[in-house]
Amino acid sequence: MASTTTTQPIAAGTLLSGSQILLECLRREGVDLIFGYPGGVTLPFYDAMYDHEIQHVLVRHEQNAAFAAQGYSRATGKVGVCCATSGPGAMNLVTGLVDAMMDSIPVVAITGQVTSKLIGTDAFQEADTFGITRPATKHNFMVKHVSELPRIIHEAFYLASTGRPGPVLVDIPKDIFQASSHYQPVDSIHLPGYKLYTEGHTGQIRRAAQMIWESERPMVYAGGGIIHSHAHDELKELVELADLPTVNTLMGLGALPGNHRNFISMPGMHGSYAANMGMYNTDLIIALGVRFDDRVTGRLAAFAPHAKVIHVDIDPSEISKIRNAELPIVGDAKKVLQKLNRVMRELEPEMRALKSNQRAEWWNTIRGWMEEHPLKHEFSIDQIKPQHLMAEINRISNGEAIVTTDVGQHQMWAAQLIRYDHPRLWINSGGLGTMGFGLPSAIGAQMACPDKLVFTICGDGGFQMSIPEFATIANHKLPIKIIVMNNGYLGMVRQWQELFYNNRLSQVTLDSFPDATMLAGAYGFKGRTIDKPEELRAALEEAVNEPGPYFLNVRVTPTENVYPMVPAGGAINEMVLTPPQPVAVA
Amino acid sequence: MLQTLSLLLENKPGALMRVVGVLAARNYNVESLTVARTIDETLSRMTIVVDVESKVRAQVVKQLNKLVNVLQAQDLTEERSVAREMVLLRVRAEMANRTAILKEAEIFQARVVDSSVEGFAIECTGDPEKLDEFVDLMRSYGEIEVTRSGLVAVTLEPKKLRLASPVPMGAAEEEEEQQERVLSK
Ligand SMILES: Cc1ncc(C[n+]2csc(CCOP(=O)(O)OP(=O)(O)O)c2C)c(N)n1
Repeated sequence: MASTTTTQPIAAGTLLSGSQILLECLRREGVDLIFGYPGGVTLPFYDAMYDHEIQHVLVRHEQNAAFAAQGYSRATGKVGVCCATSGPGAMNLVTGLVDAMMDSIPVVAITGQVTSKLIGTDAFQEADTFGITRPATKHNFMVKHVSELPRIIHEAFYLASTGRPGPVLVDIPKDIFQASSHYQPVDSIHLPGYKLYTEGHTGQIRRAAQMIWESERPMVYAGGGIIHSHAHDELKELVELADLPTVNTLMGLGALPGNHRNFISMPGMHGSYAANMGMYNTDLIIALGVRFDDRVTGRLAAFAPHAKVIHVDIDPSEISKIRNAELPIVGDAKKVLQKLNRVMRELEPEMRALKSNQRAEWWNTIRGWMEEHPLKHEFSIDQIKPQHLMAEINRISNGEAIVTTDVGQHQMWAAQLIRYDHPRLWINSGGLGTMGFGLPSAIGAQMACPDKLVFTICGDGGFQMSIPEFATIANHKLPIKIIVMNNGYLGMVRQWQELFYNNRLSQVTLDSFPDATMLAGAYGFKGRTIDKPEELRAALEEAVNEPGPYFLNVRVTPTENVYPMVPAGGAINEMVLTPPQPVAVA
Repeated sequence: MLQTLSLLLENKPGALMRVVGVLAARNYNVESLTVARTIDETLSRMTIVVDVESKVRAQVVKQLNKLVNVLQAQDLTEERSVAREMVLLRVRAEMANRTAILKEAEIFQARVVDSSVEGFAIECTGDPEKLDEFVDLMRSYGEIEVTRSGLVAVTLEPKKLRLASPVPMGAAEEEEEQQERVLSK
């Protein structure tokens, strides 16, 4: 059989093994990196990889292969690829796939399956991967014959990356990897039931422009969809054109630069006062690539009660799913915004003056809210406040570093207090909120962007869910700055127990955290623990100046809570702003 | 309220599972579901009756249309359509009742498909309410056993089938290159 070590396309009709066909299809899709873990049924695939140019990163747990693939994708917009063996390997991918599904991240997962003849016999390491991952993916495939392989692989990439992106899984029985076939390149994708609505209805877009000019208290509510469709320039143009106040969701941070004068901050459960008051009082929500998540809306009946909604989304099922849209536009955010901006300009001469007084007043009100209750950088002289940690990371990043986080309090503070001046810098698990996400996603992001400064900020809980990946980081000498915001608790759960369960702290204490210097040292890189505010700046600088990985364990005030907070099921205009505070020392 | 949906879907592995899965995951209550091949044997036609609040009716259709293997999902609830169901029932009949049962069956245009000393097997088609009445009536004669087919429906206002046309392989690649250019700016 022909060797596949070449970057040149393989000629049609060449006799190849299923494994080689798979590699050729991946090459055609522009894949240069796979995150994975081998096993019995993927042996033939890994054997073919042995003399192929594709790079494979051996993670230390399959869940992290899925997260690393996501990190790669979230940092670049390209499809991330992960690979696992049958049964246990495939099962370990599932959490990462659901996570990608919730945040619409394009990932292709390749899983091995037991030999076709053994399927359904409870064979060794057999699991119904196809059945189990159906609701965990945008679509999934099981390859039944080697000749289908090229079609299915290209369909998988097409489905993952177009429309509303998402994870797609291809399950490949061992005998398909081994079978040989005359390779027939696919030249088109035909999925008759997969209809894409990208353009946006011209009439609706015109009405939207009118509504925007006519509104007195508009609010742009922009989310992950802007980032997926690379529509950030168009968003900025719209926002500047009509001087619109803008909030970015947790998934959308960086869609409008964090240092933009029209950017207010994040709305929702831990959003800022101004963002939530703005959302509550607006008369027109311009919703762009968002899904009215319950963490944003709080109690739905009390969410933006005076507002009409323009909702732009590529997925028709998002429109009016949660909140009725007076003006729905189904389409790709970039294309819709390009058209919308054109019409906005057309109407500008006659409409700009229409509501200019009310608009000025609206901005005054918003600026008032921003000044009244800004997101606070807390400081103390004897303890490192979590907010202080974020402020210092923010200072070093200056809006430019990639920051991945885990899930919990640190995630919310990192969202509130670190600025993201570009899309794809802020990488976190939003929809599923999966602990263990931070470290492996940083691996993917750093592999994708070797020259960028990458921080991963984790809680001491979530961090311990992915410690094994220290080996992967050391192995590839990835210069990731691993920061643990160590409060000795499962902080976010402790916060809820304190606030809503009479401070009965049940199973949230995290004792026996490993020694940071020894832990990092065991993997051959530097690490240390700090607990004094005056050490913080220098320690972070040392971490950043270290050419390799660096592990900084930061002991922070154990019982600090995240504010503002809209308690679950509460109304967004009734958020709790601060706890009773000791006097803050600057 | 009951919502009647008609689906045209590709006869691909897992297609039925996807439909049922979405309905279950989204917490829509399935009343009945029928599926069979169409004259084009690569496609199946499915009629589903779900019990949902009226404000999520549009959602159900959208969620089903989102499935890659679903070519068309249509809500027939308020459209001009014909809906039929079949019931097959066995009724134990005493000698004294047999003529009466046959009379009733005739009124409902039901057909006797088996007859024995114990009783009859009867087939009846119609709209579901009419079948309810028939079943009630038969019950009054004696012990019965009932199998219903679930609703099958056909629209009288066929919508044009919109299908995605083939996309040349290069198209998606080009778009990605463009995105890379944007990123490297
Ligand atoms: C896999 C998983 N298990 C459980 C949870 C529930 N959970 C949410 S936040 C949290 C606490 C996280 O604690 P830690 O990692 O120390 O971060 P902190 O909140 O202290 O910043 C837990 C247990 C989750 N989100 N993910």
